[in-house]
Amino acid sequence: MLLFLLAAAVAVAASLAVVLGHNPMHSVLLLIVSFAALAALYIGLDAPFAAVVQIIIYAGAIMVLFLFVVMLLNAHREDEGAGGAALGGRPLAAGAALAIVLAAELAWAVLRTRRAGGSWMGAGPESDGAALQSVRTLGGVLYSEYSLAFEVTSLLIIVAMVGAVVLARRES
Amino acid sequence: MIPLYVAQIGVVVAVFVMLLLAAAVMVYSERKVAGAIQQRYGPYLVGPKGALQPFADVIKLILKEPLRPVAADRVLYYVAPLLSATAAFAAFAVVPFGAETTLFGLIEEPIRLQVADVNVAVLVIFAITSISVYGIVLAGWSSNSKYSLLGALRSASQMISYELSYGVSLASVLIIAGSLSLTEIVDAQQGAWLGVLPRWNVFVQPVGFLVFMIAGVAETNRAPFDLPEAEQELVAGYHTEYSSTPFMMFFLAEYINMVTAAAVAANLFLGGWHGPFLPESLGWIWFLAKTGAILFFYIWMRWTLPRLRYDQLMQFGWKVLLPVAALNLILTAAGVITVGR
Repeated sequence: MLLFLLAAAVAVAASLAVVLGHNPMHSVLLLIVSFAALAALYIGLDAPFAAVVQIIIYAGAIMVLFLFVVMLLNAHREDEGAGGAALGGRPLAAGAALAIVLAAELAWAVLRTRRAGGSWMGAGPESDGAALQSVRTLGGVLYSEYSLAFEVTSLLIIVAMVGAVVLARRES
Repeated sequence: MIPLYVAQIGVVVAVFVMLLLAAAVMVYSERKVAGAIQQRYGPYLVGPKGALQPFADVIKLILKEPLRPVAADRVLYYVAPLLSATAAFAAFAVVPFGAETTLFGLIEEPIRLQVADVNVAVLVIFAITSISVYGIVLAGWSSNSKYSLLGALRSASQMISYELSYGVSLASVLIIAGSLSLTEIVDAQQGAWLGVLPRWNVFVQPVGFLVFMIAGVAETNRAPFDLPEAEQELVAGYHTEYSSTPFMMFFLAEYINMVTAAAVAANLFLGGWHGPFLPESLGWIWFLAKTGAILFFYIWMRWTLPRLRYDQLMQFGWKVLLPVAALNLILTAAGVITVGR
């Protein structure tokens, strides 16, 4: 309970600071703090593997790339005044729509957990949180039950990578 | 009789102090070995045979004036060394360095010689290593100096590139041991084949060990992969602008990272505290000996091999080391499936 409140408070505060801050470098670092707080939440949910993987992949690998981009662009400060209004209505509307979908999804997931007898703060007694602890179970499920989703996701990532290379290539 | 929690706090304090001392010993032996290799004396004035030189260095560094460039980022400039040093100490927390012991009957229940027995210990070390990149990157960026920034960029890309080979060679050991817990991996290496050859993973995974050692050297930014601090081109790399205690923290973190990398290699591949001739309760002597041997190898290599060029480093990491590690992983997995563990 204490762990949850502490980690949740840190995660929310750091995320807000990411959005509201003006220094891109600080935003990247605060996003890492937010990820670390999420990892703490996973530990509270008896999923140490998920927590460690969260740190390795998100905080350790992906955010380093973000940091690289910010460092190489040498963006010390965001352009002042380029807020939501300056961006125009379209991106704002798209973002809002995505946020609403995400919120609905979240509400549905929480309601489903509660109906299954869990509390909204952690896995309930009947949830399969204990099974997730075992890396063996996780791997087995990933490569049997969810193998299609798994392969499609990896394909998606490769496509994105190839796309980035094509976009960055100079015409000779 | 001492209560259990007192003993555990004792282990924590002991690990902290031992790491500090290990860094001092490493600095001293590095300079002594370098001297021997280059046919000179090395430090010999402070203390017997210069043994107190590292402590004199610490006092000197603390008494120096801490400087901060005017254009530096005020907060991150000081967060960076803290992050480096903290990550270095934290990584050792999950490394076991001896069998369960009652400390010669001082406590009732045996305790593990380890700060925290985590069942995903191997991954925790990996996670903390990946966080320690930030200490270096932030130091380079917040200093607002081109040498620092170049050093940090090099360091980050080097660490990310070699982390892959490091992880893949690690995975082949995990497949053989069938566990993510360092304690279990070490215990699986107990005993000997035919009564002679110890059951160490290095004999099952020679290629994995080689890749792990090479990638480990690159991860700790040591020669011949010390591009981030190549003094001829970058002054000192990411810590160019640092002085006094903040500089000392980077220095400390670098040596402690070496000790941790060597300790992990000893646990994963050389059987940790298991070895012939010594009883289980004195296994930590084996552990110290193996870690020390690997650390000596690190120093030896630094003063023997010239530094690679940056493009050679990347070529080697991506086109040689990673394919070898991946092939080794596939062959290991196939072997475990067909033959069994």
